[in-house]
Amino acid sequence: MAQFTTLTARLAALPINDIDTDQIIPARFLKVTDKAGLGAALFADWRYHADGSPKTDFVLNQPAAQGAQILLAGDNFGCGSSREHAPWALTGYGFRAVVSTSFADIFRSNALKNGLLPVVVDAATHAELLDLAEEAPTAALTVDLAAQTLTLPGGHTVTFPIDGFSKTCLLKGVDELGYLLGFADQIAAYEAARP
Amino acid sequence: MPQTLFDKIWSRHVVAQEPEAPAVLYIDLHLIHEVTSPQAFTGLRARGLRVRRPGQTVATLDHSIPTFSPDLPILDDLAAKQIQVMEANCAEFGLRLYGLHSPNRGIVHVIGPELGLTQPGMTIVCGDSHTSTHGAFGALAFGIGTSEVEMVLATQCLLQRQPRTCAVQVDGQLGPGLSSKDIILALIAKIGVGGGTGHVFEYTGPAIRALTMEQRMTICNMSIEGGARAGLIAPDETTFEYLAGREFAPSGADWEAAVARWRQLPSDPGAAYDKTVTLDASALEPMITYGTNPGMGLPITGRVPDPDALGDANQKLALDKALKYMGLRPGQPLLGQPVDVVFIGSCTNSRLSDLRQAAALFKGRKVAPNVRVLVVPGSQVVKRQAEAEGLDKIFLEAGADWRYAGCSMCIAMNGDQLQPGQYAVSTSNRNFEGRQGKGGRTFLASPLTAAAAAVTGRITDVRTLLA
Ligand code: SF4
Repeated sequence: MAQFTTLTARLAALPINDIDTDQIIPARFLKVTDKAGLGAALFADWRYHADGSPKTDFVLNQPAAQGAQILLAGDNFGCGSSREHAPWALTGYGFRAVVSTSFADIFRSNALKNGLLPVVVDAATHAELLDLAEEAPTAALTVDLAAQTLTLPGGHTVTFPIDGFSKTCLLKGVDELGYLLGFADQIAAYEAARP
Repeated sequence: MPQTLFDKIWSRHVVAQEPEAPAVLYIDLHLIHEVTSPQAFTGLRARGLRVRRPGQTVATLDHSIPTFSPDLPILDDLAAKQIQVMEANCAEFGLRLYGLHSPNRGIVHVIGPELGLTQPGMTIVCGDSHTSTHGAFGALAFGIGTSEVEMVLATQCLLQRQPRTCAVQVDGQLGPGLSSKDIILALIAKIGVGGGTGHVFEYTGPAIRALTMEQRMTICNMSIEGGARAGLIAPDETTFEYLAGREFAPSGADWEAAVARWRQLPSDPGAAYDKTVTLDASALEPMITYGTNPGMGLPITGRVPDPDALGDANQKLALDKALKYMGLRPGQPLLGQPVDVVFIGSCTNSRLSDLRQAAALFKGRKVAPNVRVLVVPGSQVVKRQAEAEGLDKIFLEAGADWRYAGCSMCIAMNGDQLQPGQYAVSTSNRNFEGRQGKGGRTFLASPLTAAAAAVTGRITDVRTLLA
């Protein structure tokens, strides 16, 4: 899995609540059998007109958002389906972290397995970030996973929660399957003891 | 200490737990479909791994297959490839696949229970968020991502943090013209689409006890739309009666032993939940959604809410955006709103009793002019049962389409889809923007409310047609 230690990057703001996985990547793009290339389909219906031309008022099509690696979203980001294509599309596009006040459970779990960091902030910090995105859209933020901090351009630093296990996996780039395979003996013993 | 149903299932499936780390949770049944599994098999191959317990994974084709006859060629090259890949993966790893021509093929959450694979007390996962459906049997069932599909294939286990529990107490009794779909839509309208995040619901109370298994599945199915990881209903006589005699249910002495174990599962008196929500079924009207997430729902005689009446700026923005997408005005009633399409199907409402309810309304009536109606059974078994009762004839005579089993217009990745701007009343579970086709506008409702819209051409209170 991709490692995550620190990241200094600019923000793209999509401050809408309850952004569901059907918006992150519409179902018609799920007919693939690999993970590559899904970045092009990220937010497809918000990002492109029917003829494929970009909708200029959509944040990712604006000059200031070019190169953004942090997505600022509204509450309850990633609700809906379990499609891991959602984090694949986000990372395929180039995002490394998503900042919100809350995340849907399955999305959060899928993101962590793909080196995409879900950063939970409180409402006041969220509002401050939104102001920043409007006033200084090209300013950079710094995410430090080891310290669990998010630092705004003015130097204001906030901490964010993450469970110790996920943090270690991300910092070291360890994948969960490798960890789980280490329990082969216990799994066999559990199976043998079942009725 | 008194335990909840959830506590009992959870504690019996923890294989190991290291300090600070999530639990290693054993999975009894793993269901897979063509859309969320290919990359997991690629992962196994890359690591040189086999499937640990091939007998505990069952595969079907449902999402990307067209709902026309399986004998017709599949025109979409990507869908055709996805199906071939699924067939090849199942053959290579020795997994049972209910393939294109199988008489038991169907939507994954319809066939699991139908075959008796879904049983009380089990842990069940699938790369699909509506795996919560299986919780109707008192099984801990939840959706997972593709990385986790790979983990289950390789180890039959998952890494899971213990979720919190929420009791959903539903009192009273449903009135005529209502079904369990109205209960779950009312619950989600009350708590919102993130209301259950981090929790497992357990539905209790007299209104839940009175429901058939198919009705219970509809409720548990949409637990995820309230943000919950899973939804549970304690097993009882209704559950055992449903399971008895099914292909993969235990039989003979094993059946007796199993039922004795299942009777121990319900929550102990006095068991504590982290949270409780209550609902009165007697006070419900048929429910319908007006917006672009399943939490934007109201009683069918209600009016579309006004964004300006909302205090919270973000909520106002969300409602503004939803009404703009839906082409609806604040304060307008939904009754009388013309519709273009009616979809009766999906893992929420495509079982025999759903089709019977719809057929009872279609009988002796015609689909309204200019309305397209699609009736899609959840499985090939449901299709044959419905045909044996003559339901197909009722649908066809009324002017509806009668298809083969599949996800169909619930997800619009198989050819069945809305055109931009079209309005649909759907018995499925998601009204997200573009969910049923780019630009399509969805009202979620029960099979009865959908059938009422089909025969009148507009959103109608089904109770006025039942008199
Ligand atoms: S019917 Fe719809 S919700 Fe159910 S499994 Fe298929 S696509 Fe998912």
